[in-house]
Amino acid sequence: MAPAVTTLAADAPALSAANTGFMLICSALVMLMTPALAFFYGGMVRVKSTLNMLMMSFISLGIVTVLWVLYGFGIAFGTDIGSVIGWSPEYLGLSGIGVTELWDGYTIPVYVFAVFQLMFAVLTPALISGALADRVKFTAWALFVALWATVVYFPVAHWVWGAGGWLFEMGVIDFAGGTAVHINAGAAALGVILVIGKRVGFKKDPMRPHSLPLVMLGAGLLWFGWFGFNAGSWLGNDDGVGAVMFVNTQVATAAAMLAWLAYEKLRHGAFTTLGAASGAVAGLVAITPAGGSCSPLGAIAIGAVAGLVCAMAVGLKYKLGYDDSLDVIGVHLVGGVIGSLLVGFFATGGVQSDAKGLFYGGGFEQLGKQAVGVLAVLAYSLIVSAVLALVIDRTMGMRVSEDDEVSGIDQVEHAETAYDFSGAGGGTAPRTTATAAPAPAVTQNKKVDA
Amino acid sequence: MKLITAVVKPHRLDEIKEALQAFGVHGLTVTEASGYGRQRGHTEVYRGAEYTVDLVPKIRIEVLVEDEDAEQLIEVVVKAARTGKIGDGKVWSVPVDTAVRVRTGERGPDAL
Repeated sequence: MAPAVTTLAADAPALSAANTGFMLICSALVMLMTPALAFFYGGMVRVKSTLNMLMMSFISLGIVTVLWVLYGFGIAFGTDIGSVIGWSPEYLGLSGIGVTELWDGYTIPVYVFAVFQLMFAVLTPALISGALADRVKFTAWALFVALWATVVYFPVAHWVWGAGGWLFEMGVIDFAGGTAVHINAGAAALGVILVIGKRVGFKKDPMRPHSLPLVMLGAGLLWFGWFGFNAGSWLGNDDGVGAVMFVNTQVATAAAMLAWLAYEKLRHGAFTTLGAASGAVAGLVAITPAGGSCSPLGAIAIGAVAGLVCAMAVGLKYKLGYDDSLDVIGVHLVGGVIGSLLVGFFATGGVQSDAKGLFYGGGFEQLGKQAVGVLAVLAYSLIVSAVLALVIDRTMGMRVSEDDEVSGIDQVEHAETAYDFSGAGGGTAPRTTATAAPAPAVTQNKKVDA
Repeated sequence: MKLITAVVKPHRLDEIKEALQAFGVHGLTVTEASGYGRQRGHTEVYRGAEYTVDLVPKIRIEVLVEDEDAEQLIEVVVKAARTGKIGDGKVWSVPVDTAVRVRTGERGPDAL
């Protein structure tokens, strides 16, 4: 992602303890965003599918972490092949990387870069899950995550951030993941829901968020973790660019929250907590590609535009009839497109690179590059995600049965209930191997009625 | 015996409880309930989607009393529950054949 950090000395930069420590902390901050997202989404669904929503994010921490170490890092950041994919055998299992090995121009070990990028790879598939609330078989989701990470995320990360990747080489600016993370996940969400269809009762039954405090908690933790995501994407602090990104992340998010709240107060008569949380996330999404190239005033403008447009965009699903359950398209796809395109207007040419946007005398050149990046990632992710969903749907089936969806996916897929408010208890004592009657045969142990 | 049931506004519970204790009632049962009558629900907005919530939260109070106390007790409950605004609720009574105190096995009015 970030180009080489130049140093005054003629010899290659050495490992920086400060940058390495900073990046390990940033990696942990980005890791926190996946559980934060789980809470953000989990509070927005109805009680009966809370656990499923949480687990759709958590399972990505399991699956994508392992795949990234096995081969994902090699595909995304290995030696370039044809500008579309990377591959380096020594990155298989991260086993051929020296403990203190540095890439040319980098001040942090390859290991540290790999683990920082791992957290992005985990978060991106989890983002998709919000569009699929209440209705997808857990095994189908897990398989989708593994396949999607492999054929969509890993290659797209190479396009955008890998040395030799075609969008990277073209000069598309995506500081921390407006295209590779947010447009990518939002377009995938659209592709999948076009295949699997709506929730039972969409537009007919009330589908209120069951816990707005959980949503606010998730949004707050996302905002916090996002500093690692954004400021960490410069991979060090030698030249102040990461600090500019940090400031821009804060002001764009603030402006977006205010814009969303103002819009809904005028339009619907109230300042809602869900609006505040959603506006903040829309701002975070939009500043992600742009915050390393704009000024703080530019960041305020980008945030305000994102807050306003996303607040209007979330209503589209009711008009057009697609069930983007928790507005992954309305917030992440739309916000990602806004941020990526606005780079072409607000890039000052004085921060991460000398590329100037339209408002700073740079003409349409950067805007054109940004548009190519947006369209390429959007189209690729949309099409491949729809195909993956179609294949899984035709083989194992993507959706739980209508009865199971209506009665609640938590009990069916996870054999648990999110909240037990009843003092009455009920049920029987847990059956353990010590107390259970001996099972006559393994085959009879297959299915237990909940 | 009579079973007096009151479905009223939740924030009147403490008033009603105190009034019933002053009247000499020894026990009651309270359940959280929801429902609607002449009180219309309210509108909530989530990301621009408006929901009409027509089941309003209420509490349901149940008290068993001897026949001769029933009318007076209903008056006590109604007075304590009233705010004068729409949605104050309803109070009604039904005859009860028998009642048993589980611990002692006492029956009828002795069980109250």
